[in-house]
Amino acid sequence: MSAVRCIDLCKTYRQGDQDIKALDHVSLEIAAKGFVCLSAPSGGGKTTLLNAIGGLDIPDSGEVWVAGQRIDQLSKGALASLRLQQIGFVFQAYNLIPVLSARENVEFVMQVQGVSKDGRREKSTAILKEVGLAGLEDRRPAEMSGGQQQRVAVARAIVSKPALVLADEPTANLDSKTSDELMELFVELNEHHGTTFVIATHDRRVMGYAKRLIKMLDGRIVDDINQRAA
Amino acid sequence: MNITLRLAWRNLWRQPRRTWLTIGAMVFSNALLVFMISLQFGMYDLMIDNTLQAFTGHIQVQAPGYKDDLKMRQVVPAVNALASDIRRETGLDRVAVRSAAFALVSSEDRSYGVQVFGADPQHEAQVSSLPGLVRDGRFPTDANAQEIVIGAVLARNLRVSVGDELTLLGSGRDGSFAAAVATISGIFDSGIADLDRNIAEVPLGFFNDVFYMEDAGHAIVVVTPNLDDVEAYRSRIESLLPVGSNLVVHDWNALQPGLKQAIQADLSSAFFMYGVLVVLVAFSVMNTQLMSVLERTHEFGIVMSLGLTPGRLGRLVLLETVLMGLAGMLLGALVGGAITLWFSYNGFSYPGMDQLAANFNLPSRFYPQATLLTLFAGPAVVFIGSICSATYPALRLHWLHPVEAMRAV
Repeated sequence: MSAVRCIDLCKTYRQGDQDIKALDHVSLEIAAKGFVCLSAPSGGGKTTLLNAIGGLDIPDSGEVWVAGQRIDQLSKGALASLRLQQIGFVFQAYNLIPVLSARENVEFVMQVQGVSKDGRREKSTAILKEVGLAGLEDRRPAEMSGGQQQRVAVARAIVSKPALVLADEPTANLDSKTSDELMELFVELNEHHGTTFVIATHDRRVMGYAKRLIKMLDGRIVDDINQRAA
Repeated sequence: MNITLRLAWRNLWRQPRRTWLTIGAMVFSNALLVFMISLQFGMYDLMIDNTLQAFTGHIQVQAPGYKDDLKMRQVVPAVNALASDIRRETGLDRVAVRSAAFALVSSEDRSYGVQVFGADPQHEAQVSSLPGLVRDGRFPTDANAQEIVIGAVLARNLRVSVGDELTLLGSGRDGSFAAAVATISGIFDSGIADLDRNIAEVPLGFFNDVFYMEDAGHAIVVVTPNLDDVEAYRSRIESLLPVGSNLVVHDWNALQPGLKQAIQADLSSAFFMYGVLVVLVAFSVMNTQLMSVLERTHEFGIVMSLGLTPGRLGRLVLLETVLMGLAGMLLGALVGGAITLWFSYNGFSYPGMDQLAANFNLPSRFYPQATLLTLFAGPAVVFIGSICSATYPALRLHWLHPVEAMRAV
């Protein structure tokens, strides 16, 4: 079964007097356990596509299927539930809750999911150790480096073992060493946990980690490369 | 502690100055409400007690219809026996028989129409403060003495003083001509102009002789230990009335409807003012929470993208308001309670208050009464008002789109 299937997606934004086609008849299918990079210059449509796949944005036309479920017609509540249970998000700007510690940021999503207190504690300890943040559990975001914050964001995204992780420019604010560490973590999670990754990036180093590279330009897919085969 | 609760609490202290200002507004208004309501209720109790103890008492037994139409022949038969029964069966000491008639009172120079009361010298002082308000002379001590006590205004109008004689002319209970001469034994000054101008009291025995009352009277006046007991004693007294007598037992509310109306009118205007205060605080809370929601729009977009529903975010905003409201309520009740406690021992007064209070037969210092109701009623309304005012910022989250929210700076 496909992890993600998009059929003929269109999305137009109005900017001033101009209509901008962010997605222009985009169709693609991503297999489960895939590791895909969406590459495009700024304004190429990769974030819009990522948002459509994550149910954060509704396309003007076309269909979006995630884990066999059509999501473009779901209600707000159902979309929220889908994101909570099946999708993990990693953002460029980390986007942690500033008043919560690393552990609390990770546990917050689990609490919403209804995980018990003991379960939350056990999982958050394990995942923070896995992303290399053992001993930093009680630090707040402001007390951590960019790389550490992004690791917390990754821990938060994957702690509930979502089938799909969507990452939007996850390394944009990181140095090359930290970027490599993060991508190696993604690869490990992909290979050991079978998590599907869709990463929007224009960082060539990140693209190098992907099994499949989809290039976009002006809202259209212009190239789809299977890098393993290559 | 639950993470949502922790998050709500910490969110409040992201902008400590703003939070303290909002809590400060709540504390100020709550403390003010506690003190004002305590003062008001203390004043009402004092007002009721002073007014009722001046003359009316808490309860009266009368003939049916007498309250609204003071006819001489509408009497309580065997009134002294019934009063004794009431004293014995209820255990109340403050029970007195009283009769009344309208008469023309004449001095050498002038005549005025007044209401003359026959009062039992032995018991009257226990149900009425008038005997204690005699400024010149004394209240009669002999039930049959041909003496009269009049108000200071009436004495001035009649141009008489203690020791002078007054002639009384009126109608007896049987319709006969009633006339007597009485010596002024005392002049009272209640501070209530109506009483001081229109009332005279004579010993009950003397009254009964002049107005041909025999063993009847117009009212048995009862004062209960406190206002809360009135209804219980009223029912008890009702059960003591002779079968088939048709007598009625009125409580103070029926006897002095104007008093309750005055209190209700005062309460209405006060509650209007309190309402304005609560609305102002509610707007302050709404402003704080609206600002707080607006500046966290980006963050809300993030948590929505993680799977939080707008409803859950709305509940978070409400929880923040609940925490702020609880802090304001408890601190406000504490500060207001402390101020009230201090004034309840030392009394509260302001320049010119003694003159104003005298008009209502009140002392020149008021003593607020702190009860659980006065401590928490006002703050609870502010608390509820604050929660209601936070529903708008919380509801705004329902229209938030994650992508647009995340674009917010």
